[in-house]
Amino acid sequence: MTGPEKTAPSWAGPRLRVEGLVKRYRGSDRNAVDGVSLEVGAGEIFGLLGPNGAGKTSTILVSTTRARPTAGKVTLDGIDVAVHGSRARRHLGVVTQVNTLDRSLSVWENLYFHCRFFGFSRREAKARCRDLLDRFELADRSGDRVDHLSGGLAQRAQLARALAHHPSVLFLDEPTAWLDPQSRLALWDRVRALRDQEGVSVVLTTHSMDEADRLCDRVAIMDQGRILVCGTPEELKRAVAAAVTVELRLKAPPSPEVLHRLEALRGVERVTSEADKVEVLTASRDGAVPDLVSAVGEGLLDLSVSEPTLESVFISLTGRNLRD
Amino acid sequence: MTEALTATGAAPSKGASRGPGETWPGRARAGQWRLSLAGFAALIARDLRVLVKMPSSFLLRTVLNPLMFVFVFTYLYPRIGAGHFGQVAGQSLATVALPGLVASAIIFQGLNAVALPLSMEFSATREIEDRVMAPVSHRLVALAKVCFSALQSLIAAVIVFPLVYLVPATPVQVHVSSWPALVLATVLGSLLAGFLGLLLGTVIEVRKIATVFTVTVVPLTFLGCVYYPWASLHTVRWLQVLVLANPLVYLSEALRAALTSALPHMSTLASLSTLAAMTVVLAWAAARTFTHRVLT
Repeated sequence: MTGPEKTAPSWAGPRLRVEGLVKRYRGSDRNAVDGVSLEVGAGEIFGLLGPNGAGKTSTILVSTTRARPTAGKVTLDGIDVAVHGSRARRHLGVVTQVNTLDRSLSVWENLYFHCRFFGFSRREAKARCRDLLDRFELADRSGDRVDHLSGGLAQRAQLARALAHHPSVLFLDEPTAWLDPQSRLALWDRVRALRDQEGVSVVLTTHSMDEADRLCDRVAIMDQGRILVCGTPEELKRAVAAAVTVELRLKAPPSPEVLHRLEALRGVERVTSEADKVEVLTASRDGAVPDLVSAVGEGLLDLSVSEPTLESVFISLTGRNLRD
Repeated sequence: MTEALTATGAAPSKGASRGPGETWPGRARAGQWRLSLAGFAALIARDLRVLVKMPSSFLLRTVLNPLMFVFVFTYLYPRIGAGHFGQVAGQSLATVALPGLVASAIIFQGLNAVALPLSMEFSATREIEDRVMAPVSHRLVALAKVCFSALQSLIAAVIVFPLVYLVPATPVQVHVSSWPALVLATVLGSLLAGFLGLLLGTVIEVRKIATVFTVTVVPLTFLGCVYYPWASLHTVRWLQVLVLANPLVYLSEALRAALTSALPHMSTLASLSTLAAMTVVLAWAAARTFTHRVLT
């Protein structure tokens, strides 16, 4: 445990620290990342949540030494990624949105050469490959060419590769964007297990509210290059006067007048109807139900109010839907 | 907004907080320079593995062009009564073209071994990703690519030489007049080819690469003093000046001076120093474009 580059084991601070990060791409007239600061602790699963163009991927690109910061600083285990890129890369692992496995090589060779790039001896690399293939249930596919793998398997192989060199922070850029629901759940389990067993910190970007809510210890909601709010999913939902969805069931499909009256109510963001059901998204819970009831009048059969979600947090912060 | 909701607040720590270094195996604990060296060797080993997996594609792209040339012009032509075709200073076309064909095999290996795969790996497949995330500098990743390309160029030279020596029906007059010049020219040409490939592979979009190949390879070869010595162009003075921009000219001429000195050729000093200067310029440009491509 010697050598000047061995900052990691003795590093007690946050695994990832982003301070006042600004990123403006050449030829662009706005900042893709506009003053982002955040910290990710050991063993934490941290989510960057926001719509496309919010600056999530740019934050990850700078943090993983693939983009130069315009201003601000990113440190990984205390190492400035813009100054000591090569050293910082020993401390991080990345799974990108698209499959970047080496198609000229087999699954085993992908893992093996990755280990070798990180200075493992042949013997060490082979041992690590065996371990990873077992843990990621890829042993029976080890000789396969990677372009023959399904989306879920390729994702697993990429995750195994990103972890092969024991990084302290694992970056997952939209890890489940292209996965079927079953593979998505499996990946969440795997990410939690990694955190629990290896103590690796995870930074993931997502535009899935569900993913942020169910997987992340803390979430930063980003929009237009800035962090709007950051905290545990529960904190966010509690602290923000979150929008709620009220579902109304009527005796008959609502008349256009009723829909107009609902839309005109204070705080109502969106009204959608299907047959005898009406869904109303309203910015605040306070006073919403009595207003809705009186607006609908006689024909109301049933009413339910959904719990605030991260989506409603986003809407109340930006006035926009996450998928807009 | 409450204090708890700022992004830089104390982060909860879950799970074992084990540092990465504690699980790094032996060699990975070494200093950065040793790690760089190991990473560099691994990058070469990866390329070697891919080459060994598919040797036929390497052999075909190396052998086919010179083989067809020598077969038609130096084996077939003399047999159909066109034996004097391409003769210069009383030497057969086979003798004239031998250094040129070796030179073009060296140069075009760089395009085939670097430019084409790199252009694909950067855009279409993004396979380069894992290599540029290795804990070595990006320039070293680029240099590994160039070194491996140069190695393939050297192998190509060794394969093509006996081919163009043995196939022709007419005698080939080869005599190594300077081993150091021969070795230096081959090595410089191989490196130049690698840097040229690196430059093109990082600058050209994958959908345009086929066109760019056609518009570079064909004129570079036909105007590269491959099938005729540079001196014999004195009758077409403007062309003699124009082709001086073509790096293949200097490699053909340097090899001509080293292998077939009976033919007119550029001075070894002029050809080798220009080759060296072009290599340095291409290396500088390619290092810039590669880094630019990797970093956004």
